[in-house]
Amino acid sequence: MTNERPDPDALLARVRADEARAGRGRLKVFFGAAPGVGKTYAMLEEARARRAEGVDVLAGVVETHGRKETMALLDGLEVLPRRTLEYRGVSLQEFDLDAALARRPGLLLVDELAHTNAPGSRHVRRWQDVEELIDAGIDVYTTLNVQHLESLNDVVARITGVEVRETVPDAVLDAADQIEVADLSPDDLLQRLEAGKVYVPEQARRAIARFFRKGNLIALRELALRRAAERVDAQMRGYMREHGIRDTWPAGDRILVCVGHNPHSARLVRAARRMAAGLRCEWIALHVETPGHERLPARDRDTLVANLHLAEELGALIVTLYGLKATDEILAYARRHNVTRIIVGKPTHPRWRDLLVGSLLEGLVRGSGDIDVYVISGDEPEDAPRRAGRREAVAPGQYGWAVMVVAACTALNWLVFRHLNITDTAMVYLVGTVLVAARARRGPAVVASVLSIAAFDFFFVPPLFTFTVSDVNYFATFGVMLATTLLISAYTLRIRDQAEAAREREHRTGALYAMSRALAAAGGATALARAARRHIVGTLDADAVILLRAPDGTLTSADPGEPPLDEKELSVARWVADHGTPAGHATDTLPAARGLYVPLAAPGGVVGVLGLYAKDERRFDHPTTRQLLDALANQTALAIERAQLAERNAEGRVEMEAERLRTSLLSSLSHDLRTPLGAITGAASSLKGEAGDLSPGARAELLDTILEEASRMNRLIGNLLDMIRLESGSLAVKPDWQPLEEVVGVALIRLDARLKERPVTTSLPPDLPMVAMDGLLIEQVLVNLLENAAKYTPAGTPIELTAVAGEQAVTIAVLDRGPGVPPGEEARIFDKFHHVADGRAAGGIGLGLTICRGIVLAHGGRIWAENREGAGLAVRFTLPTGTPPPVTETEEATPAAE
Amino acid sequence: MSVAGPLVLLIEDEPQMRRFLRATLDGNGYRLVEAPTAREGVTLAASHNPDLILLDLGLPDGDGIDVTRRLREWTATPVIVISARGRESDKVAALDAGADDYLTKPFGTGELLARMRVALRRVATGEDGDAPTVECGVLKVDLARRQVWRGDVEVHLTPLEYKLFAELMRHAGKVLTQKHLLAAVWGSHAGVPAHNLRVLMGQLRHKLEDEPARPRHLTTEPGVGYRLRE
Repeated sequence: MTNERPDPDALLARVRADEARAGRGRLKVFFGAAPGVGKTYAMLEEARARRAEGVDVLAGVVETHGRKETMALLDGLEVLPRRTLEYRGVSLQEFDLDAALARRPGLLLVDELAHTNAPGSRHVRRWQDVEELIDAGIDVYTTLNVQHLESLNDVVARITGVEVRETVPDAVLDAADQIEVADLSPDDLLQRLEAGKVYVPEQARRAIARFFRKGNLIALRELALRRAAERVDAQMRGYMREHGIRDTWPAGDRILVCVGHNPHSARLVRAARRMAAGLRCEWIALHVETPGHERLPARDRDTLVANLHLAEELGALIVTLYGLKATDEILAYARRHNVTRIIVGKPTHPRWRDLLVGSLLEGLVRGSGDIDVYVISGDEPEDAPRRAGRREAVAPGQYGWAVMVVAACTALNWLVFRHLNITDTAMVYLVGTVLVAARARRGPAVVASVLSIAAFDFFFVPPLFTFTVSDVNYFATFGVMLATTLLISAYTLRIRDQAEAAREREHRTGALYAMSRALAAAGGATALARAARRHIVGTLDADAVILLRAPDGTLTSADPGEPPLDEKELSVARWVADHGTPAGHATDTLPAARGLYVPLAAPGGVVGVLGLYAKDERRFDHPTTRQLLDALANQTALAIERAQLAERNAEGRVEMEAERLRTSLLSSLSHDLRTPLGAITGAASSLKGEAGDLSPGARAELLDTILEEASRMNRLIGNLLDMIRLESGSLAVKPDWQPLEEVVGVALIRLDARLKERPVTTSLPPDLPMVAMDGLLIEQVLVNLLENAAKYTPAGTPIELTAVAGEQAVTIAVLDRGPGVPPGEEARIFDKFHHVADGRAAGGIGLGLTICRGIVLAHGGRIWAENREGAGLAVRFTLPTGTPPPVTETEEATPAAE
Repeated sequence: MSVAGPLVLLIEDEPQMRRFLRATLDGNGYRLVEAPTAREGVTLAASHNPDLILLDLGLPDGDGIDVTRRLREWTATPVIVISARGRESDKVAALDAGADDYLTKPFGTGELLARMRVALRRVATGEDGDAPTVECGVLKVDLARRQVWRGDVEVHLTPLEYKLFAELMRHAGKVLTQKHLLAAVWGSHAGVPAHNLRVLMGQLRHKLEDEPARPRHLTTEPGVGYRLRE
């Protein structure tokens, strides 16, 4: 062994593993060969020692089986009360996971890792409870017997003849931080058993007979010790890797096991797991889905799902490929992924089938090149579309149709071809059978073929009207007819299956594509979720609900229209959101739930939960459906996260804008209010005599200054107040029908002093309709516009005020002959605190036009500015006219002159 | 300080405002009594019987409108209301309660003195003069003959226009609320919408004003009503 610098990738992986481990609880497994070896005892002993060290120990669940020594050890430990579950009238006692999570002990004892939970528990299996506890940061001690270990399940069954149903994935044991083997020699164990120390006496005899045979116990002990040693080995390897010690074996082995729908495939999977463990390499469970898959009976499909599930639990990478020929797909995949060993089952079907349709095994062996192929007793993993096809029911109409076609051929031959060469009649029958083969399934095709031969023989082969054949040559003709029919039928079927598979793929791709397009078109996380839901409902043929996760962790339905989930379903969804793994129907976690809940996991975390409610119970059992579902969920999650990021971005922008406005407001206030105050203070103090004697002219000047500056401040404050009213929404528009002329008049009179030296022309057509407006507010608009025109244009230049009645609105314009605004700023001048950036500060706060816009918008009109031809600026706004009320023209009874 | 000058009661809570008014009115020959609260104002009005009352609408212990109403129960002393801009409805309420005029803060001294003069003169010439003819700048009306002149030219008005114009001329210089004018022209029972008054006023301006869009005499008091200016 040579010390080398550690591989950076490996170091990174180690850091990641450390990170993942941080915050997680630690798992210690007390591992034994058989019941009674003292696992629980050892666990309790150690727990007591830990408690003596001051650790907060809680006995979550401890099965004492009535053993006195064990019960004595439990004495003094805090025991978590069990939860009572009602199931079909029976009340069951079960470990209370939620109470344990809420209690958060320093160390929790959970006996019998392989236990299956009572129906109605959150998880199907206790080891899942333990995983959740570990994830929550709680240290757990647990016990496990070797016969419950998934990869050794079949071996144990063969040794003991007892099938153990409750198994624990090897990954759970591999992930344990510590394993302690509770070892006892078989003789001692049998002695303990006889002394009644293992099981309660009435159970003992049956147990001894079936399980506790010495031979069994020796084998199990060996298995347990070997498995524990394997783990120690793995730990040492991990240590070597972490410390940059080069591996002592050729790396890069990769095992591929071909999984099919045959029950024996499970044995292949376990064998592959053992081989992979022995080689310390990764392994892949591959299933090739051929077009015939859809025609498999439900039972076979279930077996396949179970096999793949087993492989997944044992730590395999699950791959499903689509292809016509399993051999080609397997080899192509193996080459692409540097697989070194392929494991297939030993064929059990008759040999002639290989001759007819080709053998998977032979194909693999021939095409494998430098890849080793291991053949293990079991069955070929290949899907058998043809066999499956035969099993499928054929509509009786197809047989009728086949008979009709043969009858038609016979009639045609009888009428026409009888008089020609006899081979021509055979050809007509051939065409007929081909037609049937091309359109119907194989059964009708064969029927048509046989009927054709019979009819040909009976009607046309001499001697006529008998089935006797005079010439042996005709047997060759019959043979060719039958072979042709079978061949064409086979190829037709294959083509049809291909088309079907292509259609299926097309459907999946299309669904994904359509969804990605819909998602691209939708804006905002909620709209996205709604669009995604519609697509998922349409694609998966199941009802769906999307719950979005708020930053505080609460889940809310994206579509307010759909009925809310009940508390039970919602709690499943919440669990999924918190743990990032699917749960509910068709999973091992909370399978009693009505829906299947899949996390919408994006790189930044879980953004929501997708809930699915299938009409068909088995809808989500199939891996391809799950893959499609995963793809859809993945796409949805990414899109939602993207939208949420964009929204958060926009929020940030709004905040920045608000910040900018606050700053502008502060600087405006300090500058624009202090300037006039400065002038007033200065002028007043001068007048008071601080500047010595003043000439009467100077005094008048100072007094004018005070007055002017005070009124300027008054205007500024007025604008600020208006702005605040606009922004706070307390600016209530109280419209009333008014002639525009009157409002214009008020504005002009209010500005009399400021417009004194300006030629102001107003042109209001006499037929101008009345407008429903708030006179005070529109007056403010006009005052602001006229004031701006006076402020920003050279003295003496004219100002015009015009109004034009349109069909639906009156357009009012204030026109000047000043410098206008720089191009591109026409819209921005209405922004708050905006000053035209050319340095001509005219002492405004930059609110006048903003207020105008607010008021005009509140009236349902719009306002805009444009530079005039020649020179100057035109600011126009519209006010909708509507239908003015009638004016009361009728005079009262008293005339002008009585 | 002229002992014979008119007595003004100032009901105003702001000391700065009182200081400014005290200086201004003192210098213009008025005598002044000050009250910082509504309660004190009403008491002083009863005990001093002033010639004119300046009333701030925003008082700490009560509503200026209420004060007006209580004063009007027993005295016809002219009341000029002082208020901030943006509270047009308060002004209308005060005027409807019997106030004679209003001023919007901030206001100039000239404006204040002019309004006070108008109010005091109306008291001196008898409530809303019964004189057969009234003149206001270039405008003249003969109330007995129902004739209207603009300068030397007689202007023909419709009966409704005449009613409106006569009402304004009778109260020249005083602000008249919309409600008041509607009642005066159409009769209080009619419930005529206010836009009729605005249209009528527009017609009147076109007959009597040089520049109807910038009226000199028939002026609008935004949100309150109209006033005939000299």
